[in-house]
Amino acid sequence: MTGIILPGSDGALYPRDRAWHPPANTPGYKSTTFRTPKHALLSIGATASELTGPTFGHSSLGPLDNDLIRNYSQDGTEAIGQRLIVYGQVLDENARAVPNTLVEFWQANAGGRYRHKKEAYLAPLDPNFGGCGRAITDENGFYHFRTVKPGAYPWPNNGNDWRPAHIHFSIFGHAFAQRLITQMYFEGDPMIWQCPIVASVPDKAGIDQLTAKLDRHNTTPMDALAYRFDIVLRGRRSTMFENKLEGN
Amino acid sequence: MLHLTPTLKETPSQTAGPYVHIGMTPNFVEITGVFDKDTGSTMLTPDTEGERIEIVGRVIDGSGAPVADAVVEIWQASADGSFLAPTGPSSNSTPAFTGWGRQPVNGEGIFTFETIKPGAVPGPDGKPMAPHVLLWIVARGINIGLQTRLYFGDEQEANASDYVLNRIPDPRRRETLIARKEEGAVPRYLLDIHLQGDRETVFFDV
Repeated sequence: MTGIILPGSDGALYPRDRAWHPPANTPGYKSTTFRTPKHALLSIGATASELTGPTFGHSSLGPLDNDLIRNYSQDGTEAIGQRLIVYGQVLDENARAVPNTLVEFWQANAGGRYRHKKEAYLAPLDPNFGGCGRAITDENGFYHFRTVKPGAYPWPNNGNDWRPAHIHFSIFGHAFAQRLITQMYFEGDPMIWQCPIVASVPDKAGIDQLTAKLDRHNTTPMDALAYRFDIVLRGRRSTMFENKLEGN
Repeated sequence: MLHLTPTLKETPSQTAGPYVHIGMTPNFVEITGVFDKDTGSTMLTPDTEGERIEIVGRVIDGSGAPVADAVVEIWQASADGSFLAPTGPSSNSTPAFTGWGRQPVNGEGIFTFETIKPGAVPGPDGKPMAPHVLLWIVARGINIGLQTRLYFGDEQEANASDYVLNRIPDPRRRETLIARKEEGAVPRYLLDIHLQGDRETVFFDV
């Protein structure tokens, strides 16, 4: 069944609080220098184009898409490293679950090395670890995946900067204007506080929001630690997906 | 009508980093076998209605250098001006046109989308907006994804009365959103995205 999302439906998004996000130009993170627009962003308010967005069916996922321990295995053995379950709920600013939305994630291996031809770090590649996965949130907005804990790694930003262990996340939501890319850090990691990219977030509470919490109750005994990482997307005054468009 | 008040803060954005392709277009960087094909790599099916076009552009930084590590996503209406999507969590339907595409740039910062020319979508004032495509650009050094629009150079009349274009105070800056048409078997629309500099693209806070 195909639904036509009608332009002009209600559901305006709350304005994005730009002071809560990193500003475009953060000189401590040098790569922003030439990639920062100098003009102010033009506020136009979302139109029907921004208030709609792509949707993805569960059928588009493969069975191992959310298992980074096994989804790139070359010889049937599993990725090396401290085994983790990462899970959380995708919510909007009204604390309403965002169901049926695509969440993608990518990361370095346990040694802190990415599988990429431009990667220059000395740490070894794990032949059985690709470093990418994806999931679609369930009816309550929950996603989960299995992986190994990524290592910290050096980068040439200021000669001797190090990235804390982190996992990259890309989330869609139900409107193109909710589109978000962020990074998840690990509770208790002292490397968080020396990272120029983390420091681009103006408010310490914002950094806390990016820090996944160890969840001992959801560990898999003798197997994997669990970390919970909830994600908040922009909220809207009335949600498009409650408009009976999905036949519910 | 009583509106809810936000109770949570949006998760802060972070840069996609230099290796965004690992997560978003893994097959492009030779991480194969995980996903059968890169998400968003194909927008069209044989059943897609509308005029086939290509959208081609370069992403250029403030020093004039190509941004060689970006990913660009587009979102657009169908030829009839509606936004189509497969619906429902268990839907197996494949829409004739996804409306959404994702492409990595190549080493020269160039992206290419094979799509159709969208129809006009009603604007907030009830009048049709000129045909347009939304673009979203992420890369190393971009702390929060940049949103912009592409308009079509052969739609001068529609562009002249477009709701959004007319909200750009400087007419010269409007030109940064208008793609130049190049005729061919499949017409191409060319638009460079300048992150900063004299020809800086208009980016939106929506």
